[in-house]
Order: sequence, then structure tokens, then C-alpha cells
Amino acid sequence: MKFLCIECDRQMGFEERELPGDGTLAAVFRCPACGRSVAMLTNPMETQLVSSLGVQIGGRTVPGQPMELVRNTLEGGRPDAFAEPEAAAGSPRWDDAARERLTRVPSFVRGMVKRVYADYAAERGIALITPDVMDTARRELGLEGM
Amino acid sequence: MRPRLRTYSEVTGEDRSGLLAQVTAQRERVTERLASVRHVVAVMSGKGGVGKSFVTAALAAEMARGGRRVGVLDADLHGPTAARMLGVGAGPLAVLEDGVVPPTGIAGVRVMSTDLLLAEDTPLRWREPEHEGFVWRGTLEAGMLREFLSDVAWGELDLLLVDLPPGTERLAALLEFIPALAGVVVVTIPADASRRAVRRSLEVARAAGVSILGIVENMAGYACPSCGTVAPLFAGDAGRELADASGAPCLAAIPFDPAAQVAADGGGGAGGGAAAAAVRGLAAALLERLAAR
Repeated sequence: MKFLCIECDRQMGFEERELPGDGTLAAVFRCPACGRSVAMLTNPMETQLVSSLGVQIGGRTVPGQPMELVRNTLEGGRPDAFAEPEAAAGSPRWDDAARERLTRVPSFVRGMVKRVYADYAAERGIALITPDVMDTARRELGLEGM
Repeated sequence: MRPRLRTYSEVTGEDRSGLLAQVTAQRERVTERLASVRHVVAVMSGKGGVGKSFVTAALAAEMARGGRRVGVLDADLHGPTAARMLGVGAGPLAVLEDGVVPPTGIAGVRVMSTDLLLAEDTPLRWREPEHEGFVWRGTLEAGMLREFLSDVAWGELDLLLVDLPPGTERLAALLEFIPALAGVVVVTIPADASRRAVRRSLEVARAAGVSILGIVENMAGYACPSCGTVAPLFAGDAGRELADASGAPCLAAIPFDPAAQVAADGGGGAGGGAAAAAVRGLAAALLERLAAR
């Protein structure tokens, strides 16, 4: 999908994606010429239709994780279904508040979520993952429910 | 007056979402993953309760005992049984950078199944909006099948058996991901009701251009555990009739053997009785068919 600024006849660029957590999605596009922004808002059904395909509007923001679709969408998954590898030496550390927040993520998907945050922090040279870092990552990467 | 709007194709800038490219990448990942698998064979039937999972598990175990590297993908997402029949219980699945490591069962058979993911007694359900779930449920199930193919670190395999649920719908999904499927093994029981249902699934497979590797008649008589004789269990001759109709061979007639059922439920393949002997014949016949392709 592409968005066209009619006045400028220019293709609008993707800016950000937001997933407020209620099943809806907002994708923001901006005209590079006049700066006008539009937000594409999808309802839960439309959002689900797209996510069922395992694809992301606005493109992928993080590399695909093994069994990502299954882990993000399966209800009633076994809490100990997946065992993530231990963090490598030198990986970002987690402060207590961030660690506590992570425990609120369903265990079925927790390992995958943890890895996404750890990769985000490592790529930016962030040594300590805090709730603020998680919020920023969630906003920047458009991570629903993480 | 507003100038004519340019079309999608005329706006030549990057499609950042690239939904089609994302879907294409998913398919390519399946292809890459299965490049190390020599044959992918689906085990199917148009009829439920004919013992597809038993045939799949017993065949996989027999092949593996014969030195082949074998995997079983349990595509019966709602009624998974193959993992337990192969002696694989629930336990954490190791996740590596490259994918999820499949646990191994009898003779090293690698297995992936929803049974390994779902909590005990929990049916397959999805996190989804409350209404209109039927719209995307099939898509989610196809996505799960895709991830079982692409995101499981199957490694080098001589044979990957895909245990399909009753009916034909999942065969279509499988073919979307694996156009070069080696073929299907079709399971029936002798009864005429089974013959009629399975005949329809044969037509679906034929219409899709899928090679029918052979028919397996399961529960072909009752093998007495005391004297070893095989007595009729169901009236009918569906295995031979379906073989004649399809032009594919009847690969095996497997008698119902109480010892085999106990062995399978306990994760021991087909056990060591009359059913196990028939499964050995099935493995040999299937290998011949695959070699002749």
C-alpha cells in the first residue's frame, strides 16, 4: 500500500506504527514535500486480517522470530513450551522493574519478547534495560502487547 | 478540477509495507528449510478415525529403525496424536537463532505438533477479536502449518511425513507451501463408507496434480493376540477398490492388533505383532515408490 499526497503529487513516507493494545492499529504517513501527515487507523477485524498472515503494515521493524505467529496468537499455550537460550556474556542487563514487567508477559511468548528487547538495547549500546527503554522500544518498533 | 490521481503502479516509490514481499519471504523460508529434506510425503484420508496418525507414527518409526532420518509434522492441529505415539512428551522446545529444535522420539524421529505447545486438555484457540473469527481462523492455521515447516530446525532428513487431518482442506494449504510434494499416502479402512469418503479426497489430490504414492488399508481384519490368525473386522474391500480406481498400488493392509494399539498409545510405534509386520512391508513399499519417482 502507498499513500499519495494529492496536493503535492508526492508519495507519503511511512513514519511510525502504533499498536495501542486494543486490537487496533495506527500507521502514520507524512508527505516529504508539505509535511502533511495522515494516520491510517484499522479496526480490530482489519488488524487481525493482516496479522493473521504474519505480516506487518509499514514493514518489519524487527527480524522474524521462530514461530512468531504461533507464539503471538495462540491461546492457552503451555507455559514452558519454549526454552530460550541463555543471554550471551555482555548482553544488556535488566533492572528489577523491567524484569518485573517482563513477568507480566505471558510465559508462552516471554522468551521471544525478551529477546526482541535485548536485541533492541544491544543494537543501540544500551547496557541496562529499564521500563523506559521498553516503552521506547515498544513505540519505535510497534510491538503490540510487549 | 483535480488532476488525475496516479495509480499504485505509477507511484514508483518503495512500498514500505511490502506485504506481498513479506508473504513471498515466508514462502522462500519454507523452501530454504526444506532444501535439506529429500522427500516430503503427506499422509491423508478423506475419512476420520481410520488411523492416519497410527500409520504415520508407525511408518516413521519403522523407517527410522531402518536407518533413515525421519521427521513427522503433525498437521492435525486440532487433534494432535502423532507426538505421543512416537514417544515424545511435552517439554520445553529449545529455540535457537535458526529455529525451534524438534524433539526426538522413537529411533530418533523428529517431531513437531501442537500437542507440544498447548497446555494439557486445552483445545487449539487463537487470540483474536470476539466476532467473525471464522474469517481468519483458517489463515492462522495455515500460518501455523507454515511455521511448522519453516521455523522448525528439521535438519537433514530423508523423509518428512506430514500427518494431515481428515478431509482435504489442509492438503491445499500444504501444497501452497510445498508445490514439490513427493506425494500422498492415502489411508482407508475396508468399509464402503470409508471408500466413498476417501475416493473424494483422491480426486482432490489428483486434481491438484499430487502424486498418489499408494493406498494403505488400515484395520484390515483383526489379528487375534492368542492364535495370530486374522479375522474380518469390517465388511468391504476399500483398499483394493481405491487402488484400482486411482491406479496407485495398495502399499499395505494393516490388521488391527490390540498389542499395536497399546504400543502406539505408549509411544512405542506398532509394537511387534502382525500390525508391525505389515508396517515393515509398508515402509519397504513406500521406499520403492519414492525411489522410482
